[in-house]
Amino acid sequence: MATEAQGAVEHADGMPQLDFSTYPNQIFWLVVTLVVIYLVLTKIALPRIASVLAERQGTIANDLAAAEDLKQQAVEAEEAYNKALADAKAEAGRIVAGARADIQKDLDDATAKADAEIAAKSAESEKRISEIRASALESIEAVANDTAVEVVKAIMPGAEDGKAVKTAVTARMKG
Amino acid sequence: MATEGGSGFNIHPMDQFVVKPLFGDGPIAWYTPTNVTLWLAIAILAVIALLVLGTRGRAIVPSRTQSIAELAYGFVYQMVEDVAGKDGVKYFPYIMTLFMFIVFANFLGLLPMSFTTTSHLAVTGTMAIAVFVSVTVIGFVKHGVSFLSLFWITAAPLALRPILALIEVISYFVRPVSHSIRLMGNMMAGHAVMKVFAGFAGALGIGAVAPIVAISAVYALEILVSFIQAYVFAILTCVYLKDALHPHH
Repeated sequence: MATEAQGAVEHADGMPQLDFSTYPNQIFWLVVTLVVIYLVLTKIALPRIASVLAERQGTIANDLAAAEDLKQQAVEAEEAYNKALADAKAEAGRIVAGARADIQKDLDDATAKADAEIAAKSAESEKRISEIRASALESIEAVANDTAVEVVKAIMPGAEDGKAVKTAVTARMKG
Repeated sequence: MATEGGSGFNIHPMDQFVVKPLFGDGPIAWYTPTNVTLWLAIAILAVIALLVLGTRGRAIVPSRTQSIAELAYGFVYQMVEDVAGKDGVKYFPYIMTLFMFIVFANFLGLLPMSFTTTSHLAVTGTMAIAVFVSVTVIGFVKHGVSFLSLFWITAAPLALRPILALIEVISYFVRPVSHSIRLMGNMMAGHAVMKVFAGFAGALGIGAVAPIVAISAVYALEILVSFIQAYVFAILTCVYLKDALHPHH
């Protein structure tokens, strides 16, 4: 390296900083240096760094906006979900109520029909029973008549008087 | 760096500041490439390495070097904006140039066997005078004669104003002196002290524990000073710029 001051022949007398003979040299090269650095900075480095920083700022702002959008969408989706859920619940309630009403109606119809059938059947049975009873009574009367006629004939032949027997039997049966 | 002749306290702490031609041993003309030239060129390369090569990726998520370049940019930009105001941002590239050059020159000077360009009055003085002249020109161009109201402190009682104006004018013209000697003095003193300790270490030989510890401590301090002095130079430039842009108190 060019600065091996120790081994050099000359040693500094006082401060080398005050050796004005080197000033033009130092000032010249300093000005060259500063101009070069200034040109490099203004032509390349500073615009590049500024654009990178601006781009980053833009990217961050965009990302934040996108995140805000997504959050909004999530909130909307949740609202839609809740609404759908509430709708579905209401619909289900409606369907259940409708079904219950239908079933009740069917049940009522069936009950009424069954009641009517039962009533009709019992009325018919009643009628048949009363018919049977009536015919049975008639039969009994006829049998009693016949029997009485035969009994009278057997006991006192020739004395049978159908009309009188019948009247007597009828009177007895009513008695 | 630790060996210094070997016999006794043969210490020459100022030798590191001698300006020498790179080639041959002739007289130093204004154009002669010297060790100053070499280390100025290395400073340019270091600035390019950080701010141009370091940012060549233009990454949204920066690499380490790009982070440092952006940090430097943001640091100086913020400083200019805070101190000199919004209209000072126009001069940001100039202040960035000064700051980057000084910070790299200071740190390169901390390398063993290197040459510290910012330890020379010719270098710091040129920069300080350049700042002084441009700031004064900006002041007069922007405000004309009313720039002189910088020295006329209307907040003070009328009787005191001429005296204060005199003091203000003197302090204004002392600015480039303090501006340049502050940086040059800090750099020179730190390096000279390290060289003295290095001379002790060389004289003591193997058992030179104390000087080596001292060198380490001074070196750590010098790292701090290197940055702080670059910062101070840049922020004072901003303050002077603010005075030129807004001279009315």
